[in-house]
Amino acid sequence: MPTVYVNNQPVEFGAEERLNCVQAAQRAGVEIPHYCWHRALSVVASCRMCLVEVGQKKPDGAIAMQPKLIPGCQTPVTDGMVIVSDSDKVKAAQKATLEYLLLDHPLDCPTCDQAGECYLQDYSFRYGRGYSRLQEPKEQPPDKTYIGDQITLFTDRCILCSRCVRFTREISGTAELQIINRGNHAEIDIFPDEPCNNKLAGNVVDLCPVGALCSKDFLYKQRVWWLKTANSVCPNCSTGCSIFVDECEDRVYRLRPRYNPRAQGDFMCDEGRFGWKYVHGDERLHLPVQRDGGAAVSHDWDVVLPAARTALAEAAKRGEIAAVLSPWMTLEEAYLLVSYLKSLTSKLSLAVAPVRTVGEDDKYPKDVHGRTMEPTKFTIRAEKCPNRRGVEMILQHFAGSVMPMGDVLGRASSGAFTAMYLVGGDPQGWINEVQAAALDKVNTVIVQDILPSPASQRAKVVLAGGSFAEREGTFVNHAGLAQSIHRAIRSPGEGRPDGRILWDLAERRGLFSAAAVRREMADQVPALKPLLDAELGELGIKL
Amino acid sequence: MPRFEPVLLKRIDKPNSAALAGYRADGGYTALKKALAMAPDDVTNLVKDSGLRGRGGAGFSAGAKWSFLPKNHPGPIYLCVNADESEPGTFNNRILMEQDPHQLLEGIAIACHAIRSNAAYIYLRYEYGRSYRVLDAAIKECYAAGLLGENILGTGFKLDVRLHRGAGAYICGEETGLIESLEGKRAWPRIKPPYPAIEGLFRKPTIVNNVETLCCVTHILTRGVEWFKSMGVPPDPNNKRDQGSYGPKLYCISGHVNKPCCVELPLGVMARELIDVHGGGVWKGRKAKAVVPGGISMGFLSANELDTKLDFEGPGKVGCLGLGTAAVVVIDDQTSMVDVLYNCCRFMSHESCGQCTPCREGTAWMTKILERIRTGRGKLEDIDLLYEVANSMGIIPGTTICGLADGAAWPVKNAVTKFRGEFEEYIRSGRSSITPAQQLMAAH
Ligand SMILES: Cc1cc2nc3c(=O)[nH]c(=O)nc-3n(C[C@H](O)[C@H](O)[C@H](O)COP(=O)(O)O)c2cc1C
Ligand code: SF4
Ligand code: SF4
Ligand code: SF4
Ligand code: FES
Repeated sequence: MPTVYVNNQPVEFGAEERLNCVQAAQRAGVEIPHYCWHRALSVVASCRMCLVEVGQKKPDGAIAMQPKLIPGCQTPVTDGMVIVSDSDKVKAAQKATLEYLLLDHPLDCPTCDQAGECYLQDYSFRYGRGYSRLQEPKEQPPDKTYIGDQITLFTDRCILCSRCVRFTREISGTAELQIINRGNHAEIDIFPDEPCNNKLAGNVVDLCPVGALCSKDFLYKQRVWWLKTANSVCPNCSTGCSIFVDECEDRVYRLRPRYNPRAQGDFMCDEGRFGWKYVHGDERLHLPVQRDGGAAVSHDWDVVLPAARTALAEAAKRGEIAAVLSPWMTLEEAYLLVSYLKSLTSKLSLAVAPVRTVGEDDKYPKDVHGRTMEPTKFTIRAEKCPNRRGVEMILQHFAGSVMPMGDVLGRASSGAFTAMYLVGGDPQGWINEVQAAALDKVNTVIVQDILPSPASQRAKVVLAGGSFAEREGTFVNHAGLAQSIHRAIRSPGEGRPDGRILWDLAERRGLFSAAAVRREMADQVPALKPLLDAELGELGIKL
Repeated sequence: MPRFEPVLLKRIDKPNSAALAGYRADGGYTALKKALAMAPDDVTNLVKDSGLRGRGGAGFSAGAKWSFLPKNHPGPIYLCVNADESEPGTFNNRILMEQDPHQLLEGIAIACHAIRSNAAYIYLRYEYGRSYRVLDAAIKECYAAGLLGENILGTGFKLDVRLHRGAGAYICGEETGLIESLEGKRAWPRIKPPYPAIEGLFRKPTIVNNVETLCCVTHILTRGVEWFKSMGVPPDPNNKRDQGSYGPKLYCISGHVNKPCCVELPLGVMARELIDVHGGGVWKGRKAKAVVPGGISMGFLSANELDTKLDFEGPGKVGCLGLGTAAVVVIDDQTSMVDVLYNCCRFMSHESCGQCTPCREGTAWMTKILERIRTGRGKLEDIDLLYEVANSMGIIPGTTICGLADGAAWPVKNAVTKFRGEFEEYIRSGRSSITPAQQLMAAH
């Protein structure tokens, strides 16, 4: 195998692999600091943070070093190459680059959103010189709050790595951002009145290695060192971007894309990034409800759940029951619900709530006229839910087919069912007044949801469930990738994660565990066999 | 010494020297005819054998550069003529373009034949309005006379020459900055490899040559390799890397001389001769304190280095960056080196494109330090700091993308080492020992 030597450590790489020095060093566990290089963007090698010395190991073991420093990001590794990132010469270059970057930098870390996750802080600490020799006043270009609806620029914090510019040119293709002026007067800007509002715009904030581009939504809301992070999956479309949910004390503060080459890659769209506000909406269902003739008689889970159980069991004895599953449910929740209802009766109709689609798949990059360009680097899917494929797999297994909600509601309006169990989850609504009127003909209506709806208003029992940020389980994206979501926060009020509700409803023993349900489900449902022993890990498994 | 008979400037004093008729009457376009009768590779080899080195600053062998093009390339190949001439003190390309545009156009046509190109772009410094008008007229004459366009001189060779006015920045002269600018982008020099010969203009193989380099090509064709090599300085047998400095060279002489001018001489003339003989001596009866050997990016010769040969190797031997554009700027002994250096740094920080951290920040910082020294708030440590900053930037240490940073560093390195005493004194006394304080204030 071809081998490179990073600070004397051998690192093997595949003959077909194209690695640069930064990546080869990463494999050896050596950090070569870098700013402008990003794996998803073109190489400009301009920040000069990644300078290293390189050489070649001769067959006789002698090493011939090149006299110049070279940018590690720009230099592909070859067999026998020697990379040195800890020599005095490299250290001096790192110190110099950092001193330059900090010359006119305001160092307003105490009020900077990036502090705590800032590569200028981190590298200065690790590779910098500790103090500046600049005697003159710093340049203070004015901030630009008009960069985009969601984006503001602290001009003086920018280190001109051009990542943001390249993103808008190479990934979104919309090219709103540019660098104006020359030399140390260079600044990021937009064309007048053409703000950076493309649907992927928020990514420039993540790409910015410092606190120059900031998210207006997150600005000054929370210091990042108070944030805890859960790995999750964005539920807003069937691309299923891997994400981080950053929370503090049961409050979500922001979502960030989590690199996943099996899912979306490096980025996420703004619909997903900012589309979680309903999680903390005042309208959220906070309490379980048991109603009798329209009036609430209990908000106590210990009363409501047994009441639901009894009602369902009785309804099952008297006639047929139906369930409407939601494409926002996890595999585990769908499995728990269906297997429970199956245990009550064989006269069971299963349907799926409407899959909301908006327009067509929206592909990037686009040119300035909005036309899609090849090759596609990011797709926002028209299907606005996280788990249609997964829920349909469960329905296919148990019912042999997937019935639309309209069909069961049609039968409900002619009084076909003694009970209906409906699960919501789509924050934009999934049932309207006209549709819900069919439920008036059903004796026992149980609704499990996160927001009130025409269905929950008619329900005998309302079970306050959890949003994606509150649950554990598995989503299957448009391409059949099964990924796990993890609980970041507790549900508001008395709300409970749906897995736990269903576990308790089925009177299973012990506590709900997504992993345990996943194992049982994979054992039962042949299509889900790949999930049996494998760990989903951070990247998920292709079904 | 017999008077050198000019080659490139031979026709400039003739009336109407820019017109095609006169150029042809003097034997113009016979070199092209001769070249078109040769195989392209033979022309390249001829230029290689002549030892012609680029006149744009780097002194790279022209023939060698042409031979780096991919063989049997199916698509277009381009020639970019670097007429951005922005190195301070340099004005020889301008004379060539304004006074004898056909000499250049013939060189372009020969070069295009050699490199199998059918399209040449002249990237002209925006400020050169007259050059633009003269070249534009000359190009039109050529099209009308069948010297450009389809089937040139009946040989089937096809060539289009396009004249492009630059964007008013020094960095547009750096070859890959030029290419980016020509493509309609900011002149941000590209990272290399790939070099332009492999991937240049519109990502196609491209040769970039200076105006004077191409003008030389015409004469190499007519008068031959031996003739070309009879001028200049052969390689130093003790230096394997020395390729020799052959041919005629236009030296620009400016600054504190009695007679600023552009003279053509064989490569290798000494700075002292240029000043005393051709520039009419230092003005006002003063002495030279320092001399810029080839545009300010090359650094400074001190007064006792004036016998340096201005060929491709000479300036390097006394710590300068190189011959550069052979633009000699004389600084008299009544001028403060701190002021001179401040001017150099201010220019470079203004012209840095801003891509590379060391160049963007370093040039600005050095300017600020010098500004501070000039207002009497300098510290002795500033001298070493200036040297340290300068020493950290450029393609020579490997910390930047293009050579502008080296050109920004060299004047600083030379000034603070060769004139350290003057810097120390300036800092200690808080003002120039030379320029009266009032004058300094007035300059602000
Ligand atoms: C900052 C910078 C500015 C330059 N400006 C010019 C210029 O104005 N004209 C020029 O011919 N070459 C200039 N050069 C050199 C070119 O990059 C290139 O080497 C040259 O055009 C090649 O032509 P030659 O081989 O014929 O000399 C510049 C280089 C640098 C680094
Ligand atoms: S960008 Fe980083 S170094 Fe700069 S103020 Fe913010 S946290 Fe501090
Ligand atoms: S705003 Fe951020 S991402 Fe953009 S160039 Fe500046 S530092 Fe880089
Ligand atoms: S060295 Fe200076 S001028 Fe050249 S590319 Fe880098 S920043 Fe631009
Ligand atoms: S990361 Fe290599 S030069 Fe910026």
